[in-house]
Amino acid sequence: MSNIITNDPKAVVEQGMEQMHEGLQNDGFLLTSVESAVNWARAGSLWPMTFGLACCAVEMMQAGASRYDLDRYGALFRPSPRQSDLMIVAGTLTNKMAPAIRKLYDQMPEPRYVISMGSCANGGGYYHHSYAVVRGCDRIIPVDIYVPGCPPTAEALLYGIMQLKKKIKGERVFDYAERDAMKPQYAYAHGEKRPYTKLEMHKG
Amino acid sequence: MTATKFAPHLEKHLDLEVLTELKDYIVAGLGDAIYEAELAHRELTLNCKKSGILTVLKFLRDDKKCQFRILLDVCGVDYPEREARFDVVYHMLSVQLNQRVRVKVKCADGDAVLSAVHVFPSAGWYEREAYDMFGVKFEGHPDLRRLLTDYDFDGHPLRKDFPVEGNVEVYYDEKEKRVAYKPVDMPQEYRHFDLQSSWKGMTGNAYLGEEAAVDRNTFDADEFNDETEEESRA
Repeated sequence: MSNIITNDPKAVVEQGMEQMHEGLQNDGFLLTSVESAVNWARAGSLWPMTFGLACCAVEMMQAGASRYDLDRYGALFRPSPRQSDLMIVAGTLTNKMAPAIRKLYDQMPEPRYVISMGSCANGGGYYHHSYAVVRGCDRIIPVDIYVPGCPPTAEALLYGIMQLKKKIKGERVFDYAERDAMKPQYAYAHGEKRPYTKLEMHKG
Repeated sequence: MTATKFAPHLEKHLDLEVLTELKDYIVAGLGDAIYEAELAHRELTLNCKKSGILTVLKFLRDDKKCQFRILLDVCGVDYPEREARFDVVYHMLSVQLNQRVRVKVKCADGDAVLSAVHVFPSAGWYEREAYDMFGVKFEGHPDLRRLLTDYDFDGHPLRKDFPVEGNVEVYYDEKEKRVAYKPVDMPQEYRHFDLQSSWKGMTGNAYLGEEAAVDRNTFDADEFNDETEEESRA
């Protein structure tokens, strides 16, 4: 096997294809690790749950529609959490909605991933000081990828999904301890006090 | 007025004379039930006694010269300095006349206004919302529950003395495996703006009885100007 010496992705892919072709021609089989095969399958069929809460949902629909077409990445929107791998929290999460989103998250089979889309889901955003809004959906469910923007464009969401795929491809499937260590954390575990000190009010 | 109108029958509502006529007609027809009728910005507002609200609404709906058959909104306004603290405001539309009218009722905290559900079925959710946001009660409402806020929500958020951050926030309790509540803990205070200068902040909430903020600027101008003054003297 020849070593890859170039960084040009196109050349890398070409070289890989060549090697694959050679392997199949000469030996009739290919060698890979089970882990990368499993991760390849998981990253290649990432089924998101339809979970639009506000205007971000419109950008999410745009990402799913014909121009950007999430289907090309194997991402098909599912109407049920039980068939989904990915939850895209697209919009403002309110206190009243919080138990529902947690229930839906709990109904998703593992391995499951969460993308927090837009300022509101990331940290309350425009409604950070509101009495009715959760200041970041990571207080309720652990988040893998945060997509910034208000709302983020369809491209931004797409980029977020690609980043998630990258993350999945680097996961350890059988090393449970390491896999658990890589799991995303809640903003406030067990409702403890926040770790940082109270900031002074703006003075101008 | 210009010589040609595109649609004179549609512009009737812009005609102040027609509106003044309507106002006089309503005042004459209702008599004691309303104590004041204002006409400002081409909008007609009827200030109504609390006991007479249903009479007024029925008259506006059924009278041949009014025909305000659509109740567009019932909302509240909070004036904390007033004795009868709340205004309940009804907005009505007459498609036949192409006119709108606003009816206002004053209501003290804890008092009840007569429910308009049996005059206008659409009032049901509007009154629930007003009850949710201001705590105004509606007598005779068949199902006066909160409409928008969280289950078991405490307080009425659109009252001026309600803290905008609320009293509780939610988090996921990993020990109990459920979404739970805890007291609000904000990392950074809400920033009040003085409209005169974007550099000057406001410090207190006047409605909470704290020191009003207009005089006390968080921006210390003297401290800022010290050097420049000395320099200018030298």
